Amino acid sequence: MTDALLSIRGLTKAYPGVVANDDVSFDILPGEVHALLGENGAGKSTLVKMIYGLVKPDSGEMRMRGTPYAPSEPKAARAAGVAMVFQHFSLFDAMNVAENIALGMADPPPMRDLAARIREVSDQYGLPLDPWRVVGDLSAGERQRVEIIRCLLQDPKLLIMDEPTSVLTPQEVDILFETLGKLKAEGTSILYISHKLEEIRKLCDEATILRLGRKVATCTPRDTTARQMAELMVGAELHTPTREGRRPGEVRLALKALSVTSPGQFGTSLKAITLEVRSGEVLGLAGVAGNGQDELLAALSGELRSGAGMVVLDGTAIGDKGPAERRRMGLLTAPEERLGHAAAPDMSLTENAALTAAERQNIARNGFLSWNRARGFAREIIERFDVRTPGTENAARSLSGGNLQKFVIGREVMQDPEVLVVNQPTWGVDAAAAAVIRQALLDLAEGGTAVIVISQDLDELMEVSDRFAALNEGRLSEVRPARGLTVEDIGLMMGGSHDMEVADA
Amino acid sequence: MDLSSIDPVLLIASLMVAATAVMIAAIGELIAERAGVLNLGVEGMMITGAICGFAMAVQTGSPTIGFLAAAAGGALLSLLFAFLTQVALANQVASGLALTLFGLGLSSLLGQDYQGIKPPSTPRIDIPVLTDLPAVGRIVFGHDLMVYFGLALVAATWAFLKYTRAGLVLRSVGENHDAAHALGYKVVRIRVMAIAFGGACAGLGGAYISLVRVPQWTEGMTAGIGWIALALVVFASWKPWRVLLGAYLFGGVTVLQLNLQAAGIAIPVEYLSMSPYIITIVVLVIMSADKSRAPASLGRIFHATH
Repeated sequence: MTDALLSIRGLTKAYPGVVANDDVSFDILPGEVHALLGENGAGKSTLVKMIYGLVKPDSGEMRMRGTPYAPSEPKAARAAGVAMVFQHFSLFDAMNVAENIALGMADPPPMRDLAARIREVSDQYGLPLDPWRVVGDLSAGERQRVEIIRCLLQDPKLLIMDEPTSVLTPQEVDILFETLGKLKAEGTSILYISHKLEEIRKLCDEATILRLGRKVATCTPRDTTARQMAELMVGAELHTPTREGRRPGEVRLALKALSVTSPGQFGTSLKAITLEVRSGEVLGLAGVAGNGQDELLAALSGELRSGAGMVVLDGTAIGDKGPAERRRMGLLTAPEERLGHAAAPDMSLTENAALTAAERQNIARNGFLSWNRARGFAREIIERFDVRTPGTENAARSLSGGNLQKFVIGREVMQDPEVLVVNQPTWGVDAAAAAVIRQALLDLAEGGTAVIVISQDLDELMEVSDRFAALNEGRLSEVRPARGLTVEDIGLMMGGSHDMEVADA
Repeated sequence: MDLSSIDPVLLIASLMVAATAVMIAAIGELIAERAGVLNLGVEGMMITGAICGFAMAVQTGSPTIGFLAAAAGGALLSLLFAFLTQVALANQVASGLALTLFGLGLSSLLGQDYQGIKPPSTPRIDIPVLTDLPAVGRIVFGHDLMVYFGLALVAATWAFLKYTRAGLVLRSVGENHDAAHALGYKVVRIRVMAIAFGGACAGLGGAYISLVRVPQWTEGMTAGIGWIALALVVFASWKPWRVLLGAYLFGGVTVLQLNLQAAGIAIPVEYLSMSPYIITIVVLVIMSADKSRAPASLGRIFHATH
């Protein structure tokens, strides 16, 4: 095709031991929203990094409007009209919005003019943003706006978005889609990566599906069901989590006016959180990132101590107890940050398995560790949760994000917890693996465990929760039965769209 | 005890001289740390600068050439640190400590033939009418050029960090090197330049001690000034003007306690000698209790993984 904006032919990139992209070809037309789909490790990230000039392909070529395009660095890609919004925001917390944006521009105007242009563009696209605010104080949605506006100021021809909606409220997603609609109408092409298939059906014109580095199919998302797309990605039939009607038992964990001051400068303190979870029940907690999720998990795991009576497990006050004691009593937790919090990056999977399971899996006895049992436990996790890794002695760091996530969630699930608290259990995990994790959580509840799922993915929460509440600025909304809640209800519980009035209040 | 023997004008004028060495060295370290590099080798680079500057000034008879040589010597030594930490990805704390020890050893080797020699004197600016003004004349005018250079360096560093694009990029590298790399900035190159600048400044600070303050060469003559420069940067919350304030405070208390000793005040000499260190750090600790914090990538090793 000659009228394509960007045409990719036979792109191949291999890393030691793995071929990330193998002979991938497709076209992106002007004004087209093109979806890139695939499981974790299918090679989506490598592909967009090649387009953005962060990675050099081993072979194959790209053409931009018919002329050869081989960016050697992001600067060259930006000059050619390619802009990218990163999955993990590439922002500088201690700097203000205008400075962050100036850093992403090849030739920024003086700060005052830039601030004026930021206001102008942000109004034009319905993304309100104050140029002088410090980025560390912004909500996830606002941070993403900074990234998007940084891209828009370059007047891009092609905008690459890597999982842009995973941290947004439904209202913010609507705002984003409106913005993308305007861009498309102006003739900008968008390359869109997401695990949320319904979103892709709503937004995208074309989809390219990758599996294990190869292009396996293209489809028109509007005419394809989410299930079909998921099956194309996985290459097998998809298993949907199911649950039986459950009758909740007695109260296992109760929080009574839990208030904790956040240790971090940009953190959110918890304000009088009261809730109960019963045996056999899944409580879903929604909320945009940075509204107290991390602090709540820390207060439950024992990393943050509170008044003894504020956290009660099976009638025992444990608010002043540390993590080891709580684990012994059956309260297990899996934090959101995989590398460095849930897992020690440079230690092997065996060692990481032993770190939280030493006591409950009989790995430690009289102060001595049994590496055999630790290795066996790690192997069990790897098998049951289909963690893709060469073996138990590989470092946690070497696993892809989704695979490590399967491992750290599996590690807690398989210790038969009395109460399990997970934060973002399927963050960055592909559809098939997410289904496995959710099913495991439901099975646990089935067996009588009380489960708290903290997540920003509302579809996930609606799928697994019996009851539902939202965190907003460290406060908990009313807890309501999950069945029958509408997206609007949930949005309101989460505090509505985080626009400037709300954020400034 | 006769406190009236202490002349406030002379006190202020001499504190400016006493503060200059630590101030210049601290500004260099501030730039390195804002770029995310923790270089604990300031003491080593200062003493190397001190002997390089002293030797060249004696050989050529020109203090100016001496100072240039000091900057070059300090920068050259810092490039060793840059190679270890930026290319070989060695630990910054260990490499910095090694650099200090290496610098101390290297300087006494280089300085063997220079003990007991007097260097050419660095001229003071003497503007006939202005320097003769009462009080002000002696404080504002009539110092040697390096005192003014130090002040200009603080102002220039502040403006560079706040108003220039290059300063913004430097700060971004120190804040989040992964994000800076993703935006296409050359993290390693920027850090190497910041380290070299820090080395040059430390060298100048060292030479100021051996050519102006003392002026002679003795082994280990920097006597911990490099460590004070490091502490100044931290307690000044990585802000140039606070470095100036801290340095003047340090210089001021140093000069004052010397005067007090001379005046025969009834406090043991040991307490007076430790006072500059204690007072400077206490004041800056109190000031740094506000929201400001370290560059987020400070001391972390950057390795591009793509």
